[in-house]
Amino acid sequence: MIELNVNGKQHKVDVEPDTPLLWALRDALQLTGTKYGCGEGLCGACTVFVDGVPQRSCTVPVSAVGGRRITTIEAVDADRVGMAVQEAWRKLDVVQCGYCQSGQIMNAVALLSHNRKPSDADIDTAMSGNLCRCATYVRVRAAIHEAARALGERHV
Amino acid sequence: MSEHLIENLSRRQFLEVGAGLTLGFCLPELADAAAGPGKAGDGVIGTVNFEPNAFLRISPDNTVTVISKHLEMGQGTYTGLATILADELDADWYTVRVEGAPADAKRYNNLFWGPAQGTGGSTAMANSWEQMRQAGAAGRAMLVSAAAKKWHVAATEIAVRDGLVTHAKSGHKATFGQLAAAAAAEPVPTEVKLKDPKDFRLIGKQARRKDSAAKTNGRAQFTQDVHLPEMLVAMVAHPPRFGATVKSFDAGRAMAVKGVVDVVRIPQGVAVLAKDTWSAKKGRDALVVKWEEGAAFKLGSDEILARYKELAKTPGMVAKQTGEPDQAFAQAAKVISAGYDFPYLAHAAMEPMNCVVQLGVDGCEVWNGEQLHTGDQHAVARVFGLKPEQVNIHMLYAGGSFGRRACKDSDYVLEAAQIVKASRAKVPVKLVWLREDDMRAGYYRPLFHHALEAAVDADGKLVGWRHRLVGQSIMVGSPFEKAMIKDGVDMVSVEGAANLPYAIPNLTVDLHTPKDIPVPVLWWRSVGSSHTAFSTETFFDEVAAAMGKDPVALRLELLAGHPRHAAVLKLAAEKAGWGKPLKPGRNGERRGRGVAVHESFNSYVAQVAEVSVKPDGAIKVDRVVCAVDCGVAINPDNIRSQVEGAVGFGLSAFLHGEITLTEGRVDQGNFDGYPILRIDEMPVVEVHIVPSTVAPSGIGEPGVPPVAPAVANAVAAATGRRLRRQPFRSADLAA
Repeated sequence: MIELNVNGKQHKVDVEPDTPLLWALRDALQLTGTKYGCGEGLCGACTVFVDGVPQRSCTVPVSAVGGRRITTIEAVDADRVGMAVQEAWRKLDVVQCGYCQSGQIMNAVALLSHNRKPSDADIDTAMSGNLCRCATYVRVRAAIHEAARALGERHV
Repeated sequence: MSEHLIENLSRRQFLEVGAGLTLGFCLPELADAAAGPGKAGDGVIGTVNFEPNAFLRISPDNTVTVISKHLEMGQGTYTGLATILADELDADWYTVRVEGAPADAKRYNNLFWGPAQGTGGSTAMANSWEQMRQAGAAGRAMLVSAAAKKWHVAATEIAVRDGLVTHAKSGHKATFGQLAAAAAAEPVPTEVKLKDPKDFRLIGKQARRKDSAAKTNGRAQFTQDVHLPEMLVAMVAHPPRFGATVKSFDAGRAMAVKGVVDVVRIPQGVAVLAKDTWSAKKGRDALVVKWEEGAAFKLGSDEILARYKELAKTPGMVAKQTGEPDQAFAQAAKVISAGYDFPYLAHAAMEPMNCVVQLGVDGCEVWNGEQLHTGDQHAVARVFGLKPEQVNIHMLYAGGSFGRRACKDSDYVLEAAQIVKASRAKVPVKLVWLREDDMRAGYYRPLFHHALEAAVDADGKLVGWRHRLVGQSIMVGSPFEKAMIKDGVDMVSVEGAANLPYAIPNLTVDLHTPKDIPVPVLWWRSVGSSHTAFSTETFFDEVAAAMGKDPVALRLELLAGHPRHAAVLKLAAEKAGWGKPLKPGRNGERRGRGVAVHESFNSYVAQVAEVSVKPDGAIKVDRVVCAVDCGVAINPDNIRSQVEGAVGFGLSAFLHGEITLTEGRVDQGNFDGYPILRIDEMPVVEVHIVPSTVAPSGIGEPGVPPVAPAVANAVAAATGRRLRRQPFRSADLAA
């Protein structure tokens, strides 16, 4: 049994210690918003936060994250940046197939958490590890700007 | 699909369906009581749930459920179908939801595909347009007549808007939910009046996507997300080469992995069944399999291409001939020629293929991002000796497909069924393919070689065109073989080439279809046009340059008989500022602008690309301006979204896409070997829609074909170098 703190709750999961966090979340906890795309940290679909830092959950064994705070897409709206990103994504209808979008949103939240007014170049750099086969990138860029704008307004 | 097939089938099918329109509201036992005075009248919410009939269900809580017969794989079909129906129904868009239809070809066939249910060929909107309008209008008519009876007023005096039925004179009003039970008792109208397009309130306006919420909070259900009690996860060790089979295997070490419960041999390889995904993977890693590779395919893709180039020296089967091409070339003042190479391409949807199957006592349940319902239903039925209607398919969201989930051989669906059969599992089994399984399984866009020649006469006129194609047939062995292979020519191999729109008096298009290459091939977003648009549109550009003509002007000159091509071309050129100088590049970058226009699936798209070519030969695509004519724009924002994505998808292939084989083994396995476009490579994209009153055609695919030739033509404008292979090589463009 390994103890995991996911989205503010303690869980005991019965998986082998080498199990990637991705499969523990999906199979043991049935938090299926976090997606499998490559298993090699190449596509970003499995991005979650570990202690607030975006990580590729397909390459992180559960044994390495016991006792650390894990946040998944299912709880991203608990945070005001997360909520703003989610709202911007909906406002601009960014999604197509939607499979990579949990990872896109997690990474966008990470970007906006430390850079409240990213340029196109900042976005391209921060988001280039998140593949989207539908190529929703035009709207990913626009939605990040939109979320930044909304967050800025709320500050005032 | 060819134009002819679409037209013929659509007309016939539409009439049949129109005559037998069965839409209506089912009448459960309590409906009468609920519809009684004071029960479902003004301001009172009923308690009766109505079961769906074909495409529409209205609940007492005012929820309008549209039943989609087509798969939502990202292309916006759920939203598009709902937009059409909801407009004719005059529903409140915010109360509309969409549900996937079951597999039932009697009710849910694709009207362009005869008696088969499925999604593909950019047909979802086109085949459903009249059907969904009729379904919505019939629903509206029944609500209106129910209200007229209830209020003792004339139906013609009743108005419907945003889910509210009103009678102005008397002040009566009711929501759809309040009228649903009474509407159920109304006869289904045999004929309905459709709206005048000027009265559309959703079609052509912005109706927001219905799947945005679920796809931004992690709750959207893909096949990968299916969890059922006692479900097992299966992974399969597949042969390393096409045509190889299992010689022997040792399951000992695999069975010793914690969580592994069974190892079984199936026709496709050896399957490991485990309690969870990671255990299944570890079990498969521990499996020892010896393969019988004697009869397996052992050529490399370079050798396949070399063979194709040899074949291209000899005449193929004639797909199209007009005038006297031989004479035109014999008398030509100038002949221009070029050869083009296209690799195998993987679809590489973000969700690798997967499928859940559970065999029950009197049937079978399948959960799948289902794209070819009828084919898969029959295939699974054969495995278990069931009738097709005993196979119940739950259509879930697909995490992309681009054609892959419409496998003509039902490959991965059959694999899941074979595992259940071999293991005699009574519990649900989820087949999971890892990225490598998905990328190495074949069913690629076929490798092609094209050879083109153009003849210019002494007056400087383009008088001759020869186009020879060499590549495997997709349609052989598919349900569409009969319709699509004419006199030995697979019309899909030459689509976009045999129907070249330019007025060239002497033209021949011929085709070699090698039958000794067993690499499985499949339709890949835009199918034949994924290669023919590139060869025809870059070669045309090269010919224009050789003739000293402006590429847009020469196209327009030869498109006089094709006004829809000409209109999108003009619009794209105008919006892109064609002819105006580009800002010069910095740091030694060479800049250029290029154009391409192409029709596919009855939709017309022109694109103008602006590029910067770096000194090392790398290409940066800065901006792509698109003009689109897909008939009535049902959902303009979705059209823009699809074309933006199509630009990225086409660029991905042009910049990076290539599946290669070495001695029959697929070299690539994951996104390191088969890169797909990243956000930092994505250009600015502008999409302009040509207003139209023509019945809608598709938009899932038609944005793909023009982008690669537009970019290659821009590169030629910038560097003077012609790119004749996909993907491009930066070494060919180094300063």
